[in-house]
Amino acid sequence: MNEPLVLGIETSCDETGIGIVRGRTLLSNMIASSMDEHARYGGVVPEVAARAHLEALQPSIDAALAEAGVSLHDLDAVAVTSGPGLAGALMVGVGAAKGLAVSLGKPLYAVNHLVGHIAADILTPESEPLEYPTVALLVSGGHTSLLHVRDLTTDVELLGETMDDAAGEAFDKVARLLSLPYPGGPEIDRAAADGDPDAIRFPRGLSKASDLAKHRYDFSFSGLKTAVARWVERCEADGIPVPVADVAASFREAVVDVLVTKALAACTDLGVPRLLLGGGVIANRRLREVALSRAAAAGVTVRIPPLSLCTDNGAMIAALAAELISSGRRPSTLAFGADSTLPVTEIQVAERLAEAS
Amino acid sequence: MILAVDTSLGTAVALIDADGALRSEANTTDPLGHAEVIGDLLVQALDAAGPGEVTHVVAGMGPGPFTGLRIGIAAARTFALGRGVPVIAVPSHHAAALTALGTGSGPFAIVTDARRREVAITVFDGTDADGIPHVSADTVLVPAVEADAHLDGIRRIDVAALSAADLARVGARAHAAGRVLAGEEPLYLRHPDVVLPGAPKRVGL
Ligand SMILES: [Zn+2]
Repeated sequence: MNEPLVLGIETSCDETGIGIVRGRTLLSNMIASSMDEHARYGGVVPEVAARAHLEALQPSIDAALAEAGVSLHDLDAVAVTSGPGLAGALMVGVGAAKGLAVSLGKPLYAVNHLVGHIAADILTPESEPLEYPTVALLVSGGHTSLLHVRDLTTDVELLGETMDDAAGEAFDKVARLLSLPYPGGPEIDRAAADGDPDAIRFPRGLSKASDLAKHRYDFSFSGLKTAVARWVERCEADGIPVPVADVAASFREAVVDVLVTKALAACTDLGVPRLLLGGGVIANRRLREVALSRAAAAGVTVRIPPLSLCTDNGAMIAALAAELISSGRRPSTLAFGADSTLPVTEIQVAERLAEAS
Repeated sequence: MILAVDTSLGTAVALIDADGALRSEANTTDPLGHAEVIGDLLVQALDAAGPGEVTHVVAGMGPGPFTGLRIGIAAARTFALGRGVPVIAVPSHHAAALTALGTGSGPFAIVTDARRREVAITVFDGTDADGIPHVSADTVLVPAVEADAHLDGIRRIDVAALSAADLARVGARAHAAGRVLAGEEPLYLRHPDVVLPGAPKRVGL
């Protein structure tokens, strides 16, 4: 099957994503977010997210079908995120995907969310096809991962990931320290606009020579968050107003610096002159700017899918499944569950065994 | 045929004929693992039911532990969507009540585990004119140790597994009578367990 029509269901965090693709062609990308419901809590509340998924699923499927102009019976397969992500949120999608696949008698593909972020890139027909190998940096409120992608459907390796907070979480927490609303990313960006990124030298996590030996490609943002908290407290203790713009700009610079430095180090070490960016934090303009300019200086080509495909979405899940189908992979069994810590090496979950002939 | 799905306790799937006769059942009493088993149980029940079109899907709306409960509702809704048939929402305790009706007379309470040392209790008394178990006291959460005092002598029926066939029968009767027994929202009975953030914790200078 060369151009399979696939509907993808993504519920790993606070976005209910339903996407429909035909092969590498995007037909629909419906995203319902429960972000507003989490705002008052200052971060994603798993139970709130799971409740919102159940509410949003059916309307989102209806809307995606209408936008794509296809009917459920036209589908060649259903795809769903099995992990990683929030367990209770993932399970809503898994239940829905199984109900739909059994109802329609269509094959079901259970796939890896992180690899889905990479697959988002193949849905951009106006650009050259993704070349392998590539290094991929995925940054969102839920994950911060550096991957070595030798083949989208068979060979993805985890180079490093965050040891504590995801980068997006760090933005949310620092926003709170600065009395800025949730979500923190855009707020920090706005506050940083008039700030001096070099005003305060905040620490770069896991960047000292002693850390690099063991954690060359790993990230840590909790020390940075604590450093910002200390700075803010010192201002308060000294009775001087917190220079919010400078703190925001300097914090953002520290995050961006670590992300880009480690990603480009991986490119150099592996001899891979290609870097793919993904995840919701890629919306951060400063991150894109620094990545593009420093990559250019290092001779590394950067690819950034459109933002609507960078944030969590169902189209990337459908796209990954379409690639699996095109490469001859069998569907998943119906026996998989949600795996909140699914390793990135498991691109497809529970592939059915070949039938004995 | 009417398909019923419930994951408020274990995972239960059944198909009945429009007249209430059982076609097939597939279930597990495991209070976990709903996401893993729901697909295969649906296939088993459909295979065993033999030929016939599914005309309605009945979803058990709880009460039950939220994470598991949602899986069955999600599967019921998408199954119905795939077949282009309506979903009938039924409180899960109604199924247990229909099962229990044959076991004695007078009011009785369906009691299920609600986690956190609480139980969910619904009191029923016979059936109404439509053949649906009659609720005489709405579902409440009560600390498990206070349940007997709360019931004050009402016959107590502790339930650890539901009959999806009886869920389907209640749904069929409600649909025939044009009645709505449950809304779109699962019977969570608890707000999401979150506290509003206070001032950031001090880290010390
Ligand atoms: Zn993501």
